[in-house]
Amino acid sequence: MSKILHKKKLSESVYLMRLDAPLIAEERQAGQFIILQVNEDLGERIPLTIADADIEEGSITIIFQVVGKSTTLLAALNEGDEIPVLVGPLGKPTHIDNFGTVVCVGGGIGVAPLHPIAQAMKQAGNKVTIIIGARNKDLLILEDEMKKIADEFIVCTDDGSYGRKALVTEPLKELCELTPKPDMAIAIGPPVMMKFCAETTRPYDVHTLVSLNTIMVDGTGMCGGCRVNVGDDIKFVCVDGPEFDGHQVDFDNMISRLNSYRDIETTSHDCELDKQVKDLEAAQ
Amino acid sequence: MSHMTKEEINEKAKLLLEDLINREEPLKTKDRMKIPAQLMPEQDEFARRHNLDEVSMGYTMEEAKLEAMRCLQCVKKTCVADCPVLIDIPGFIKHIADGDMQSAADEIKKVSLLPSICGRVCPQEVQCQQNCTVGKALKDVDKAVAIGRLERFVADWERATGNIKLPEVKPETGKKVAIVGSGPAGLVVAADVRREGHHVTIFEAFHKLGGVMRYGIPEFRLPNEIIDQEIDTLRKIGVEFKTNFVVGRTRKLMDLLNKDGYDAVFVGTGAGLPMFMKIDGENLVGVFSANEYLTRANLMRAFDKGKADTPIYNSKRVAVLGGGNVAMDAARMAVRLGAEKVYVVYRRTEKEMPARVEEVGHAKEEGIEFHFLQNAKRIFGDEKGRVKAMECLRYELGEPDDSGRRRPVVIPGSEFTIDVDTVIVAIGNGSNPLISQTTPELEVNKWGNIKVDENQKTTVDRIYAGGDIVLGAVTVILAMGEGRRAANSINQVLAEDIEKEAKRN
Repeated sequence: MSKILHKKKLSESVYLMRLDAPLIAEERQAGQFIILQVNEDLGERIPLTIADADIEEGSITIIFQVVGKSTTLLAALNEGDEIPVLVGPLGKPTHIDNFGTVVCVGGGIGVAPLHPIAQAMKQAGNKVTIIIGARNKDLLILEDEMKKIADEFIVCTDDGSYGRKALVTEPLKELCELTPKPDMAIAIGPPVMMKFCAETTRPYDVHTLVSLNTIMVDGTGMCGGCRVNVGDDIKFVCVDGPEFDGHQVDFDNMISRLNSYRDIETTSHDCELDKQVKDLEAAQ
Repeated sequence: MSHMTKEEINEKAKLLLEDLINREEPLKTKDRMKIPAQLMPEQDEFARRHNLDEVSMGYTMEEAKLEAMRCLQCVKKTCVADCPVLIDIPGFIKHIADGDMQSAADEIKKVSLLPSICGRVCPQEVQCQQNCTVGKALKDVDKAVAIGRLERFVADWERATGNIKLPEVKPETGKKVAIVGSGPAGLVVAADVRREGHHVTIFEAFHKLGGVMRYGIPEFRLPNEIIDQEIDTLRKIGVEFKTNFVVGRTRKLMDLLNKDGYDAVFVGTGAGLPMFMKIDGENLVGVFSANEYLTRANLMRAFDKGKADTPIYNSKRVAVLGGGNVAMDAARMAVRLGAEKVYVVYRRTEKEMPARVEEVGHAKEEGIEFHFLQNAKRIFGDEKGRVKAMECLRYELGEPDDSGRRRPVVIPGSEFTIDVDTVIVAIGNGSNPLISQTTPELEVNKWGNIKVDENQKTTVDRIYAGGDIVLGAVTVILAMGEGRRAANSINQVLAEDIEKEAKRN
């Protein structure tokens, strides 16, 4: 049981919530996620990355996009309401170190999980370049928060309604072409965006972390629904991840697995994803 | 596996029981041996393919008494020796025959807190019933006294009275014990430790309690209300439950001891990562671990299509790989979810199958097709990455392996393909990595199972472990046996603490 302390609409379909979760706030580290259910008995377990935490208040922040029934129900809750099931922090924390120059790339809602990682990378002494992007201006989130952290900040939109008219892969490519090239990249966003970020950095041999948000049921290493091919191995996102070497991840298989229940789900989620696939593929 | 209706079975039992009761002389051994083994009344084999109701409906009073009268009350209790928790089997059965159900219930509960569960899911044919004198004399283990069914009868009888006797709890000691996981091992530890007067907190990662009994074993074998009732008993004697709490992540295991004031911890985190076959096509859409398939259907209630938010794959032709109870559960659940054809593919023969004989029988009655001496070679997908067929190989049995079972050997060139849209992999589990990942102090073996000594003590002082996290995938009753041993160790350590403290004061 966790009370909603604060709720804010960030864009057309994106919401921010601060939840009362003192234990999770204390234990969580950058890169970790929670699982919640809006309905205890018949609800679905949805994994969401922790965008921020406040140990003093005993709260965590989640940012989510309305993509299906469960997130619609979540968005319908208000300050003071209780979320019946909240468990975490889950997954392995991001390995934070002083790597040198780190490029953090966030696409759409992926900027939320990127925020604590960029913050931690900055605190560890890295030079942090941040690229954030979205389809249009209305879908951009956390611009001010990310700008504060960044040594260099680039914002782009697909339609040019704000910042540079480009996909995030364009400035990423330019950064890779610099001498010296970045020491590391972290890309978080829709699967297709992460796939193309990894493809962008591959020829330059810039180590690229991605954070995967696969289908998941228990989230504690029991069901195996979250498995992905990473290199020659099968990995489990909930206990081996969520972060992996983007150059090793089989994104095509992961994307097809994300669509497992497509014929059952009556939401617009997949259509959005489809559009992004097409947009990106057209751009490549 | 009866083909008589519930009513027919009961009618026969009533008549025979009346006869026996009206006899003037006491029953002799040969009279007892003549009483036919009582069949278990079961739900119709066609009707049950569309519901989650329990398949075995349980004995009536007459059937239970008759079955109990078959027990010879042997002096040498071979049945007890094979029970992992050493229930006085002839003792409780005699009470049933005498019509004293409360005493029967009390007798079982001296050692087993969860009889309504064990009566349903224990593999009795390889435990208590295996060496039953009656079964041996009749040269048929299926004709042994139906100890499991009687245990279930007694437990169900007590529940139906609405007045379940609570176990006695000794005065509060002020000691605190944390239990990680609310599966069978954890529940037994909770009961045994609480009865000594120690405070007990059970931490459960899921939103519902019961562990594998809730997410894994389907309701047609073990109804949720029975788990609820057993947990309610624990709650009533003062056991505290914390759900949605992942020890290792929400709180480190060592913090429970060092910061939160627990005097001992039991780790019963259960099954871990599902094993896969490591064959081509295993990550296609439509390939599931049995854990995932069953968790969706059971815990997340996806069986209630339209009501539950968790989706379940729309399967028409299903292959289940494996021959254990989990494979049977998954196959039978697939039937109930509307699959038209369900195959169980197992690389040895029926004789080597680890599943309970009763479950295999039930599966066959429900139209599941068994393919023995076969195994998957690879899985084919369509252009969308969805399963469309599976290529299999045929096997023959060779020399016995380490487990004593004859090793299946592949027949070269025997490939053939079956059309399926779903493959459910039920070939076992690895260990759960969460506790070991976050508790470097704890030693694990090369498979990641926690190392324990003969008292279930781990390599860290005050931390005990048992069940699947120690043994790999085992049965509910073996997990309970480990739980009992761990509880004894914990109770002993805490008693020593209390004694030391008393001396100091």
